[in-house]
Amino acid sequence: MARAATTADAFNAVAEPRRRQILDVLVGGERPVNDLVRELGLAQPQVSKHLRVLREVGAVDVREDGRQRLYRLNGRALKPIHDWVKDYERTWSERFDRLDVVLEQLKEEEEGDAGDK
Amino acid sequence: MQVTSSQTATVTLPTDEQILITRQFDAPKHLVFKAWTTPELVRRWWTAKRGEATVMEIDLRVGGRWRYAMVTPDGVEVAFRGEYREIVPNERLVSTEFFEGVPEGVSEEDATTVNTATFSEEDGRTTVTILVQAPNKETRDAIVDSGMEAGLQDALDLLEEVAISLA
Repeated sequence: MARAATTADAFNAVAEPRRRQILDVLVGGERPVNDLVRELGLAQPQVSKHLRVLREVGAVDVREDGRQRLYRLNGRALKPIHDWVKDYERTWSERFDRLDVVLEQLKEEEEGDAGDK
Repeated sequence: MQVTSSQTATVTLPTDEQILITRQFDAPKHLVFKAWTTPELVRRWWTAKRGEATVMEIDLRVGGRWRYAMVTPDGVEVAFRGEYREIVPNERLVSTEFFEGVPEGVSEEDATTVNTATFSEEDGRTTVTILVQAPNKETRDAIVDSGMEAGLQDALDLLEEVAISLA
């Protein structure tokens, strides 16, 4: 699959481990930047830089709440990644559906053997 | 025969070089391990709906090699091979995997993954996890992309069936 290597691309935005960490934290709900700074153990300017990239691709939304800014996850922007993995997942699901049938037979054989003894 | 209701495999991408596949089976782990490592049994599930198994070689010992091949309905041979690194019967299997159809210019080393399969049982049910560790992001992405092509192939097959039914 051809993917443009621009920063305005969800794939690129989550390619950075720290940015994935931010998303993992935001899965738990809306958070102020200070929480993210504390959980990631990074300096605030670095966290802000990552948040900016995530906002550019729409993976993260922000709103003002009094004196603080709250960041939250926007799952819709990450859908292309989900779709990408989905097709690979289907291959394995098909294999495993067949493995279920093999396992049922092995279980029956084993029960049959136990009955003969 | 009671057929277990099918569940979907869960695939996640823990890091840029990894793929993690998880699925639970309604069978004890010794049977799952047997179905995983016995050529006649692997033959029955590994190809999914994508082709006819032609080669199923398993030399199940550390340093032993494996090779699986199938022919797709349009006559293309798709083959994978590798080597066993660690074998703990019914518990854990570590092996390398290399897709023989990698594009020219890609070295075997750069395209070989290390796959760790673990089998854990609880109340007679077994959870299988496969951690695919690629040497780089390009290889990891190419593996996930392969599912994309397979998905497309399914869609085309379905389209063909529909077209025939309309004829």
